[in-house]
Amino acid sequence: MKLLGEMLVQQSPFSEIVIGNTAIVRAMVESGVRVVTSYPGSPTPEIAEAIYSIPESKRPFYFEFSTNEKVALELAFGASINGFTSCVFFKSVGMNVVADSFVQLSMMELLGGMVIVIGDDPGANSSQNEQDNRHYGRLSYTPILEPKDAQEVYDMFLKAVEYSKLLRSPVILRLTTHTAHFKQKVNFGKYIPSLNQSPVFDVEKYGPYIPIANNVPVMKRRALEKLEKWKEISEEFAYKTQYKSKRGIITAGLPYLSLLDVVGENVDKVDILRLGMVYPLPRRAIVEFLKSHEEVKILEELDDFIEQVVKSIAFEENINVRIIGKVDIDDWIGEYTPEKVASVLRKVWQDLVRPIYPIKSKPRVIQRPPQLCPGCGHRPVFYVLSKILSNKDISVADIGCHTLGFLEPYKVGQVLLSMGHSTSTASGLSLFNTSRKVVAFLGDSTFFHAGLPGIINAIFNNHKFTLVVMENGTTAMTGHQDHAGKKIKIRNLLESMGVKHIWEVDTYQQDKLEEVLRQALNTDEFNVVIAKHPCMLKFTRERRRKGIVKVPQMRVTNKCTLANVCITRFACPSFQRDESGNVYVNKDLCIGDGSCIPVCPSVALELEKFESVGDEK
Amino acid sequence: MKSFSIFMIGVGGQGIGTMSEILIRAVDYSGQKCIGVDTHGLAQRGGVVSSHLKIGDVNSPLVTQGDVDLVLALERHEALRGMNYLKSGGTLVYYDTSWQPLPVRLGKESEITPEEIENFAQQNQIKLYKVRYDLPDVRMQNIAVLATVAKYKLIPSVEIEDYLKAMEDLMNEKVFKSNSELFLKIVNGN
Repeated sequence: MKLLGEMLVQQSPFSEIVIGNTAIVRAMVESGVRVVTSYPGSPTPEIAEAIYSIPESKRPFYFEFSTNEKVALELAFGASINGFTSCVFFKSVGMNVVADSFVQLSMMELLGGMVIVIGDDPGANSSQNEQDNRHYGRLSYTPILEPKDAQEVYDMFLKAVEYSKLLRSPVILRLTTHTAHFKQKVNFGKYIPSLNQSPVFDVEKYGPYIPIANNVPVMKRRALEKLEKWKEISEEFAYKTQYKSKRGIITAGLPYLSLLDVVGENVDKVDILRLGMVYPLPRRAIVEFLKSHEEVKILEELDDFIEQVVKSIAFEENINVRIIGKVDIDDWIGEYTPEKVASVLRKVWQDLVRPIYPIKSKPRVIQRPPQLCPGCGHRPVFYVLSKILSNKDISVADIGCHTLGFLEPYKVGQVLLSMGHSTSTASGLSLFNTSRKVVAFLGDSTFFHAGLPGIINAIFNNHKFTLVVMENGTTAMTGHQDHAGKKIKIRNLLESMGVKHIWEVDTYQQDKLEEVLRQALNTDEFNVVIAKHPCMLKFTRERRRKGIVKVPQMRVTNKCTLANVCITRFACPSFQRDESGNVYVNKDLCIGDGSCIPVCPSVALELEKFESVGDEK
Repeated sequence: MKSFSIFMIGVGGQGIGTMSEILIRAVDYSGQKCIGVDTHGLAQRGGVVSSHLKIGDVNSPLVTQGDVDLVLALERHEALRGMNYLKSGGTLVYYDTSWQPLPVRLGKESEITPEEIENFAQQNQIKLYKVRYDLPDVRMQNIAVLATVAKYKLIPSVEIEDYLKAMEDLMNEKVFKSNSELFLKIVNGN
C-alpha cells in the first residue's frame, strides 16, 4: 500500500496520482510554508486530510482547524507578519466570514508571504450560493491565480508563495470544486527542509500596521503600488495559442479545458487566450489579442468579471473588435462543464461545437435527494417536531447535516442564510409575533463558528424562541473534523451566559425528547434544547475499522399493519417497500441502531437476535 | 483509439470513490494518460454520487452527457440514471441491488426493476452486464463490478494485472487479500 503521508514529505522529486487538494500540500512542504489554518468546508477539506496523512512529528508546518474562517485567516496573518510563510484555506462562502480582516491584508507588509486558498463552488455542489469570489480580489487589491488542473494547482501555489514573499503581499489561489478534486498524475519537485527562522515582526522597520487616521492613505498607496507590480506579473500567466483565426476566445481555469473538449478538432478554427491570473488582468496580452482578432468571445464562468475589464480596455485603447460577453441570464448560472460550455458556445459560434451521438431515448429517472444517514440522531428531532409543530409555526434552519430536515417528509427548517444565522433570524421572526412559535436549529460546530453572537444577543435583548442545538460531537457534513466542543461544553457556556431554560436530551430517547420539545415550545423566554446523539456515520465507520462488519439489524415482524410510519414519516432509508407494498429492511443499509423502534404504532419493529457481533481484530 | 470516457454512479456510501481510484491507477499502469474527478459534498448524504474518468487525448476531467463509452452503476435506480450519459453503442455494467430513493419509499414512484433496465438497454442497443453475487460484505460490490469490467476487457488496453497493482497500491495487506481473491474469482469464473 502506498502511504501518502510519507510521499508528501519525501525529499526527492516524484510523480503521483492525486487530486488538486492533495497537490497543494506537497506545494506547501516544498515552498517552506510554516503555518496552515482552516475551517472545514467543501471543496477544500481534503487539503486537511492530506495534511493529517503526514504524522505530526514529520509535518514541516503547524496546522490547525480554527473556530471559524476569520479566526483562521487572522492566525495566518499573525504568522506572516512575523516572517513565517502561511496559508489559510476555506470554502467559497468562508470568504464572507473572513472579509472584515481580509480586506486589510493588502495594506500590510506580509513578511513571510501568505496564500489564501479559496474553494469556489460554481454549480453550488455543496454551498448555499455560487458567489464569484474574484470580486473580493478587486475589492481589496489582492491578486488571484486560477489554475486549470491539479498540476497547475501545485505549480501556481509555488509561484504564489514566491511572489507573495517577494512583494510581501497576500495572494489568492482560487480553486473551484472540480479543480480542487481534479485527479491526475502530478509531477512534484524536490523538498529541501529549511532552517528555523526567528520571529521578525518589527513596526519601525515594516510598519505601520495600524490602519487608522493618517496611516490609512499611506497604507492604501502601498497596496496600490504593489498592485502595479502584480499587473506586470499577470502577463507571465497569460497563455495563448498561435493565431490562425479572426475569432478568439478569452477564458480561464477549468472552463478552458471544457472548451477544448467541446470544440475537439474545431480547435483550429479559433484562437484561445487563457488567463492564469484573473486579477489583475494582463493588459498587454489582452490588447494584443483584441487587436489580432475581429471577434472575441469571453467564455467566463459565473459573473462577467473578465468581460467588464476587457471591454473597458478595448474602449480605452480604441480597438475595433466585436466583444461578445454573456448573452443571457443562463450564461451567469451554473458550472461551465463541457455540456454548459457547449450550450454557451452554440449561442454564438454553433460551428465550433463538436457533435455528439447520444443514445436515442431517455430512461426513467427517479429523483434521489440527499438524506440523513441510517441511525442519524437528527432524525428523531425532525420526526417529533413534524408531529408537534403546527402549520403556522416557523422553523429556522442552519448549515450542517441537519439542514436536510427541510426536505420531505419532515419539512422542518424553512429558511436559511448562512452559518449561525438561525438564532438572530429567529429573534427577528419572534418580534410582533405571539401567535406563531419560532424554533431555530444550530449545529454544535456552527455554535462556536458563528452561533454565539446571535445567542448572546437573544439573551441580552430578551428574544423569545426555542433554540435546538443539534449536538453530534463533530463537524459531520465536511468529514468529521473536531471542534471546540471537545474542550468547551455547550451547556456550561449557556448556563454561564444566563440562559434560564436548558434541556439536554439524547435524541434516541424519543419519549423524553418529545416531552422536552413540547415544554420548550411552551416556554415564554429564550430557551435551549441540546438534542444530542453522536454522529452515527462516524460511529459505524469506526466500528468497521475495528473489524466489526456484521451487527444485529432491524426486522419488520408480522405484527406490521402497514401504518407506514417508519417508511414515510420517520423515513429511515433502510426501510423499503416490496412489490406488494410490504415494508422490509434493506440489509445493506440498516446499522441496527434501533432509533426507529418507538415510531411503530403496531410495535412491529424489533432488533434481530444475534449471537456474535462480528470478528473483532 | 483517441479517447475513452467512463462515468461511475451510485449512492453515497457505496464506494464509488474507491472504485474510481482503483480504475485511474489501473489505467495509469496500462501506460495510458488518465484524468478524473469525483463529486463530493452534500450529495454524499444518501444522494447520488458520481465519478468521471477520461482516458487518452482528453482535457476536462468531466464527461459529457451523451458521450460516454462506459457507465458503471452500483445500484439499479442509478443504472437507469447513468444510461442517460451513454453515447450510442455504449456499455453499462451495474450491480443489481436496490437502495430505494425517497419517492419510491414514499410510494410516489415504482421501484426500477432489472427488466426495465434490460428493456431500455435493448431498445437503445446498449451492451448490458448485470452483476450480482453473494458477497461477504456489501462494500465489495464495487470490486465485483470492477472484476466484471476486467473480465470482459471493457476498458481498452487495461489488463488484469493493472487492476491488481492498482488495488495493492490502495489497500492494506488484509483488505487487498480479501478483495483480490474476490476479484480473481469473478475474473476467472464462468
